[in-house]
Amino acid sequence: MDTEKRAEEFQQRIDAGEKIEPKDWMPERYRKQLIRMMSQHAHSEVVGMLPEGNWIERAPSLKRKLVLLAKVQDEAGHGLYIYSAAETLGISRKEMVEQYIYGDAKYSSIFNYPTLTYADICAIGWLVDGAAIVNQTMLARSSYGPYSRSMVRICKEESFHKKQGYEMIARMANGTEEQQKMAQDSVNRWWWPSLMMFGPHDSDSPNSAELIKWQVKLKTNDELRQHFVDRTVMEAKAIGLEIPDPDLKYNEETGHWDFGELPWDEFWNVIKGNGIMNKERIKTRKKAYEDGAWVREAATECARKKKLGEEKAS
Amino acid sequence: MSENSSNKNEWPLWEVFTQPKSGKPHQHAGSVHAVDAEMALQNARDVYARRNEGVNIWVVESKHITSSTPEDMGPFFDPANDKPYRHPQFYSVPRAVKKRS
Repeated sequence: MDTEKRAEEFQQRIDAGEKIEPKDWMPERYRKQLIRMMSQHAHSEVVGMLPEGNWIERAPSLKRKLVLLAKVQDEAGHGLYIYSAAETLGISRKEMVEQYIYGDAKYSSIFNYPTLTYADICAIGWLVDGAAIVNQTMLARSSYGPYSRSMVRICKEESFHKKQGYEMIARMANGTEEQQKMAQDSVNRWWWPSLMMFGPHDSDSPNSAELIKWQVKLKTNDELRQHFVDRTVMEAKAIGLEIPDPDLKYNEETGHWDFGELPWDEFWNVIKGNGIMNKERIKTRKKAYEDGAWVREAATECARKKKLGEEKAS
Repeated sequence: MSENSSNKNEWPLWEVFTQPKSGKPHQHAGSVHAVDAEMALQNARDVYARRNEGVNIWVVESKHITSSTPEDMGPFFDPANDKPYRHPQFYSVPRAVKKRS
């Protein structure tokens, strides 16, 4: 069968809502786009441990420390679910990891911002994980089976992440004057970067149309961003925090909240690698990867010797 | 799952199956990398059962799994297609009996 005919049949399967599984025929470009998207997503989960890990030792109570530890451990788990799903497309884990430690693979820009106060940990749970849920709930219906299944698993855990963040920031917003200031300050700093998590405008997003045609994504960046704003404005009001956007206004006609233009120069600048923490993040990941090399080798050697010993004994 | 030179020293890949509750069948959860079966079990527990998602875990090295291919989906499962008499709906029963069931 020629490629064109196969591509046509592939599109018919997608349109009929069928899921694509690892061994099914797929256009080379579908495979490539998925590998790009899924590996970026996995890298983001792993890098996401760093800004929060920064506060584990300084958590305000034992309870919050336990919660933060569990959350950071989940982020590692999320990275592994997605790497595992991406490997079914024929790329090795090592290749993916090295593409971002030594190459130019991207990860979510949100993690290139620093966590200056503990309120940032609260705001990350509420806003960053909140935005991630909006995106991942959509991806849970993605056309690639392994990706969609990993998202179902992640979404279940992500709601714990968001709720613990929202609970904490609500408490701060209801606390002493100093705590209130701290909470508002972190919302001021994390609001726009959180909106940037949905990516560029649809008109500036070269991959969107293709990904939607293949049902890898089911909604556009702007649609998802709007959904997030609508939801979050209500949550902010409920706990008396302000969204730092003078243009934010309810639109009676559309039933949505209109909001101001994002600082796109900053967005592109961070993507290009010039964010506050870009270099630091890569340096930390590289160090962990290289310092851990001997452990990986030793474990391999240990398993080899153990197996040899077992063979001799039998 | 092919071994190319760039992943020569990568730990082998294992498929993980978890049993959600006793009495239920095991289900595929995902995969992990590990040097041996013992480490694969431990990694699988840490990755796929942080919230009691499983009471039992199986791991098997991915290279040992044989799967039917999508290409022969039709012919491979063909023998089952023309045997409706294997299903209870194929048979009719007297109306009186039907009502009671």
